[in-house]
Amino acid sequence: MIRSLPNSPMYKYGYRFYIVLFFIFLVLPLIAISVLAFNDSNSIALPWHGFSLDWFFAHTDKRVGLFHDTDLLRSIWISLETAFAMAVLSTIVGTMAALLFEQERFKFKGLLYFFAIAPLVIPGVILGISILLSSTYVGDLLDTKFGIDAEVFSPGFWLVVFGQFSFGATYALLLISARLKKFDPQLEEAALSLKATRLQAIRYITIPFLKPAIIGAFAVTFIMSFANFNTTIFLIGSDPTLPVELFSRIKFSSTPVLNAVSFMIVLFITIVATISLFTNRKK
Amino acid sequence: MSGNKKAFYFLLIPVLLWLVLLIIVPHIDLFISSFKVDGDSSSVFSLENYTIFFKEKIYWFTFLNTVIYAIGITLLAFVVTFPVAFYLTKVVDKKYASFLTLMLLIPLWVGELVTIYGWVIILGDHGVINESLIWLGIIDKPITLLYTNFSMSIGLLYMSMLFMTIPVMTTLESLDDSLIEAASDLGASKFTIFRRIIIPHAMPGIINGGIIVFMLVIGDYVAPNILGGKSNLWFTEQIYNQFLSTFNWNQGAAFGFLLLVISSAVIWMALKLSGQKLEKVGS
Repeated sequence: MIRSLPNSPMYKYGYRFYIVLFFIFLVLPLIAISVLAFNDSNSIALPWHGFSLDWFFAHTDKRVGLFHDTDLLRSIWISLETAFAMAVLSTIVGTMAALLFEQERFKFKGLLYFFAIAPLVIPGVILGISILLSSTYVGDLLDTKFGIDAEVFSPGFWLVVFGQFSFGATYALLLISARLKKFDPQLEEAALSLKATRLQAIRYITIPFLKPAIIGAFAVTFIMSFANFNTTIFLIGSDPTLPVELFSRIKFSSTPVLNAVSFMIVLFITIVATISLFTNRKK
Repeated sequence: MSGNKKAFYFLLIPVLLWLVLLIIVPHIDLFISSFKVDGDSSSVFSLENYTIFFKEKIYWFTFLNTVIYAIGITLLAFVVTFPVAFYLTKVVDKKYASFLTLMLLIPLWVGELVTIYGWVIILGDHGVINESLIWLGIIDKPITLLYTNFSMSIGLLYMSMLFMTIPVMTTLESLDDSLIEAASDLGASKFTIFRRIIIPHAMPGIINGGIIVFMLVIGDYVAPNILGGKSNLWFTEQIYNQFLSTFNWNQGAAFGFLLLVISSAVIWMALKLSGQKLEKVGS
């Protein structure tokens, strides 16, 4: 049953067969996309018409490859900008929240912590619509009462960033808290007894200790933002992010250029995953 | 103000801004908006948005259908991935465990839009499955797999199941192998060990995973919209329609609030039945 116990061959091979089937199920969509990105065809699926790089490099009437598809490239760029802004915000506020909830004692701490982790169990669509409703309300109020036209409150880049940050900070908080739990408070006490202020102790003792978790939280929130659709769709202005652009193409005008861009994402993630595997092994 | 107090407010204020402006106020706004009637500027509270929900069969039936599907997919995710979680933590040679675990994460990081698109390519009339079956001579014309409840369920399972696997693996890792060995030495059957030792120990992970899977499935839009058929009923689609097509935001707010209530209720029940706290879900 486990490594140290003997098993019948039937059980052992049956189990292994199921695991193989599972991993085929897992990688099948990724393999299908990757192979068909190189199909010399105008349809996204089979049959196979031979190898071609058209969907990456072509620039003809019939075929526009990924590197000439300005709308698609633009949406990738917007997604990168959004993900960067969201990950920076989420990591900073997530770190502050972790320090606050792990190391400080104050009234209503339990209640605040409840709200801080609530985004884990709130569907993304709910966060999207409720932030849209309240930002529109505030925007209208500023406009009619004070004549201020504040763009931050209407759908667009910053509203998407703040919408995604509302749950991104939760994930950063959890990742950083997990490491902070292993922190030896005596280190900070030593700094305090040597006349450091609390903020100096955080800056020079606690933050360096948290560095791996902070980098991890930045990477995780960046990827979450890059892939997010459910919250983003409600807060988007005239500049779609990559998932929103992909969605409308899949629905209305799918060409194999979608396979090409998907292949690039799969390739990128695989490289990142391989790097993380080797750096973890070194430790 | 002493140094400690200064540090406390330095941490507290950004966290409070995050929780109040992006979590608490928007949800209150969602609740209030759901009692307003579209186009009626008088601020009288009205139950109309909710009576429409109960009067029109299409709305409450879709709602019910979505909840039942979400519970079904959650159970399926457990059945499909539990053997995998057990294999990766207790059976497979430790050399391969980290590599295989990383392979589980790749589809998560690649993102829902890309993997769902992959399933479009696989399940379509000229998709990988139909073309393979025709090539093997098993069928002579394509069978309809795409745009059915079947393809929708595959997509929902695929995008959510790994959120079950990972927490279950975390709890299984903390299970001491010698407990299983002892039970086996005392003559317990595999089934007894599974039911009396493994499942009870993994329960917190199963509940955590189940909660996240349920929330993701009930709030998903991409898989039902892209992979589901025209007659397919999914409640988030009603919310999207109200917000993005008919622009009846107050009706949409009522639907959103109902979705939030049902998902919170199911999660609360799961926590009560298993004697767990929400604070533990994230860990």
